[in-house]
This record gives sequence, structure tokens and C-alpha cells, in this order.
Amino acid sequence: MPPRPEPAAARKTPVRARLVPYWLLLPGIAWLLVFFVAPMVYQASTSLQTGSLEEGFTVTWHVSTYTDALAEYHPHFLRSVLYAGAATAGCLLLGYPLAYLMAFRAGRWRTLLMILVIAPFFTSFLIRTLAWKTILADDGTVVSVLGSLHVLDVTGWLGLTEGDRVLATPLAVICGLTYNFLPFMVLPLYTLLERIDGRLHEAASDLYARPFTTFRKVTFPLSMPGVVAGTLLTFIPATGDYINAELLGPADRKMVGNVIQSQFLRVLDYPTAAALSFILMAVILALVTVYIRRSGTEDLV
Amino acid sequence: MKHPAAPAVRLLRRLRENLVTLAALAALGYLLLPNVVVLVFSFNKPNGRFNYSWQRFSTDAWTDPCGVADLCGSLALSLKIALGATAGATVLGTLVAFALARHRFRARTAVSSMIFLPMAMPEVVMAASLATLFLNTGVEFGFWTILVAHITFCVSFVVTAVKARVLSMDPELEQAAQDLYASPAATFWRVTLPIAAPGIAAGALLSFALSFDDFIITNFNAGSTVTFPMFVWGSAQRGTPVQINVIGTAMFAVAVLCVLVGLLAGNRRGRSREP
Repeated sequence: MPPRPEPAAARKTPVRARLVPYWLLLPGIAWLLVFFVAPMVYQASTSLQTGSLEEGFTVTWHVSTYTDALAEYHPHFLRSVLYAGAATAGCLLLGYPLAYLMAFRAGRWRTLLMILVIAPFFTSFLIRTLAWKTILADDGTVVSVLGSLHVLDVTGWLGLTEGDRVLATPLAVICGLTYNFLPFMVLPLYTLLERIDGRLHEAASDLYARPFTTFRKVTFPLSMPGVVAGTLLTFIPATGDYINAELLGPADRKMVGNVIQSQFLRVLDYPTAAALSFILMAVILALVTVYIRRSGTEDLV
Repeated sequence: MKHPAAPAVRLLRRLRENLVTLAALAALGYLLLPNVVVLVFSFNKPNGRFNYSWQRFSTDAWTDPCGVADLCGSLALSLKIALGATAGATVLGTLVAFALARHRFRARTAVSSMIFLPMAMPEVVMAASLATLFLNTGVEFGFWTILVAHITFCVSFVVTAVKARVLSMDPELEQAAQDLYASPAATFWRVTLPIAAPGIAAGALLSFALSFDDFIITNFNAGSTVTFPMFVWGSAQRGTPVQINVIGTAMFAVAVLCVLVGLLAGNRRGRSREP
């Protein structure tokens, strides 16, 4: 039996018709209640349990799981936020020109560029992330070029690299995160930029604005919703990611995602893993709220 | 200062004029460099278990892509899960999208935020919470838990894609059909569904890609079942066979083709509808 949405302007609404939206919602919402909301509730209760795998866990309202987790792992939270922030900045810096080119200058190349930006979504990102091991290899071209340009001296001074290697340093993790989430920045930016009326640029130049002024006063402000959407789409998943830190990063400086993963899958300390998850959510929620307030695009979300 | 012909000045000016293009191409290079590396290293013959440094040219991996134990099995499993997840998420998500786009009802905002949350949450949180549910209810991890997890995170993306499409379509088209005495069922099958189809297709395609490539949620909910991303992850520790790069290259080629066909079809449709 196919779903039968009634026309929006149905003249009279009999009870049967008023029930239609609820019938449409029922399967999907029931699914999310069972497999999304209920798991969150279970996780909340798990975070307040104590016990061990052998003896079983019981709810003891042991709130200090949270404070203990914070006390032990606050460097990981800080690191995650910093890495994700740096990667988001990198994505914006790389993604904006790309989206700009696609929207205003690509002409008949636009379709090709679009394909090249979307295609990575459909190919294994783990394989591509592993390729960075080859690219950033100690005896590779990238590292020797960066070394001879004295870039590694600067990044070393910033604490991003160590000696003359990039692999297994924070820089490699940020590089990988930037790479992984770049399309998530480019696509919303492109959508926004494409909608901008080209005549606005003409008007600006008729009023003797230099190209950069036009960008600063017209294009960029108009693209703000895209910037906000793009930064959120990169920052949130990047904060929780543990793949880049695991594959490309130093063994002794992991992100909070790695901690949750190892607590849950290796140490089997479920209460700590659950508490860490909730702290991570709270941290992200707080940062995102402040960010959206600041950027003045509350109507966006 | 009149040196219009000085080549260095000219070069500098052209560089400045094309700064955006150059930066964009650099970004594109950054995005595609790993794909190039994957392609090149699919022709490598490594010494030892890891395929991270170039040794010598060979087409061995291309002639025998399934030559590694469990690789093609994991690939088939991932395909099966992705197809199942796509089917499940597309049906559930499309129904919800129609309800949200076409009807005013109580709890509409609550439903909207319940759709939004799974997309706005770091994957690891959702992964751990689902695994907690399965642990607490004693469900055995494996094919079914992976499928359920994938459907759960794909639904929201389908809802978003379909809803956008349905909201942008003109409700008068349906009224016109009804005025011409089409039954509600006929209106749905002949008018509503064809117009919503590109949104549904986009949601389905996205679900397939997300499910096929998912690692984090699968890692928490797979037990000892090995999907393709899990296989790649394991191989990063145990040693990466060249065949992985062959599969990666083939996937990129297929993806480019699919996206190309999709975009061209979309363009043609869009153009033919314009008066």
C-alpha cells in the first residue's frame, strides 16, 4: 500500500486525512526512537554505572566517573578541539577559493570540478587516508621540500612537528583531517556562492571597488551562511574523529575519539566510554552554540 | 614607471590576477593527490607486508584483485549491507520527508530535531550508544547490528534530501491533477512521485556511499564481522596488500562515472523543463 500524501490545501480534513502525517512518520520515527533515542538513554544510564564485565554493571549514580574522566583525559579534549579547529581553518582556507572558482570562474569546467569534489565521497576514505602515509613518508618529496624551505623549522617551533619528520606528528593529523573534511566545506560554500547575483559584482566595480574590496564587502558577507554551515560540517565530525590520529598521528598524543574507542572496544570500561561521549557532546554543543550566536546566523539551524 | 614589457612584472601581475584560480587548483590538487598515489601504488610490487614505498612496476595486483584472503568477501559483504541500508533508509526517510514537507501536525519541531540530531552528532558518540544498546539487550553483533546501525544514520540524510526536493515543488501541480479527476493514488504515482524522484535518488545514492564507506559506526557494532573498511583498517596494522589500491582505484573510476552520469542526467532534465 503506497503512502498517499493529501494535497496541502485539502478542503475539508476528515479524521482519516488528519492522521495521514502520523502514519507517514510512524515507521521512521519508531525506528529512530528504538535505535537512536533509546541507545542514548542506555548510554546515559551506563555512564552512571559501576562494576566490571565479570560481575556486571549496576546503576550507582557514580557521578565521579565524569570528573575522573575529565581529570584524566582533559588534554585529549583540548587536543581534539585544537586539531579540529586547525583543520576547520585549513578547510576554509583551501575550500573557499575552490568553491569561488567553481561558482564564478569555472565556466564549462564546472561539471568536472564538481565531479572531482564529490567523487571522494564514493571511494574508500580509509584507503585515501592511508595514502598520506606514503605522501608524508620520512624520505618522501613533500618532507624534503618542506625541510629545505625551512617550513619544518617553523612547525617544529610551534610544536606541530618533530625534527625532520611529518608522519606521526600533530601536523600529519591536522593535514589528514583537513583532507578528509574538505568536501564538506566546499559543497555548502559553493551552494551559497552560486546563488549570488553576478550583477552585484558589476555594481561594486562600477562604484570603483577593487576586486578585494568587492570580496570583503559583498561576496564574503553574502556567503556567511555557507561559511557557518561548512565550518560546522567540518568541525563537529573532526572533533570526534579517531582515524587520522590513529593512522597518521603520534602514538602518545591521541584525540578523545581514540580514548572512547579504546575504552569501549579494548579496555571494556563502558561507564568511562559513555561519560566521555557525553562530555564530548557537551563540549561540542557549547562551542557550537557560542559560535552560532557570534556569527549571527541563528536562523540557520 | 613605464615597463609594460618587463616580463617579470607581467608575470607577477598575471599571478596576482589569477591568485584565486591558483589557490583553487592547489586545493583541488590536495584533494586528488591521495587518489593519484593510490592509482600509482596499485602498480607497485612491494618488498614485505606494507605498500607505502615504491619498489618496482607490476600489474600483478590488477590481474588478481581477489588474490588476498577475505578481501573480496569483505567487499561483497559491504555491498550487501550498503544495498540493505539504502533500501531501508530510503523507505523510512522518504515517508518522514513527505510528512514534514506536506503536513502541519503537532510535534513537528520535535520530529525535525530528532532528524537533525543524528547528523549533528560526532559519529563516535552514536556508535558507542548503539553498541551500548546491543550490549544491554544481549543482541549478538554481526551482519544485522551493522545493517541496523547503518539504516539509523542514513535515515536523516534521506529525509533532508527528499524534503528539500518536495518543498521546492509546486503544490498546484497536484491540485491540477485532482481537478482533472485523477484519484489520489493516480496523483501520487503519476505526479508527486516522479517530481520527488531526483530527491529520493539523491538520498539513496548518499545512503549507499555513506554506508559502503562507513568505518566508525561499523567498528563499534560489527563484532567479528569484517566489512571492507574494517578490512582496510586491519590491514593498516597487519600489512596492506596492493590489491587494496586496485579496489580503491576502481572505486574512484566507478564513482566518477556515476557522478558524471547523474550530473548529466540532472542537467538535461533541468534544461528540458525550462520553457
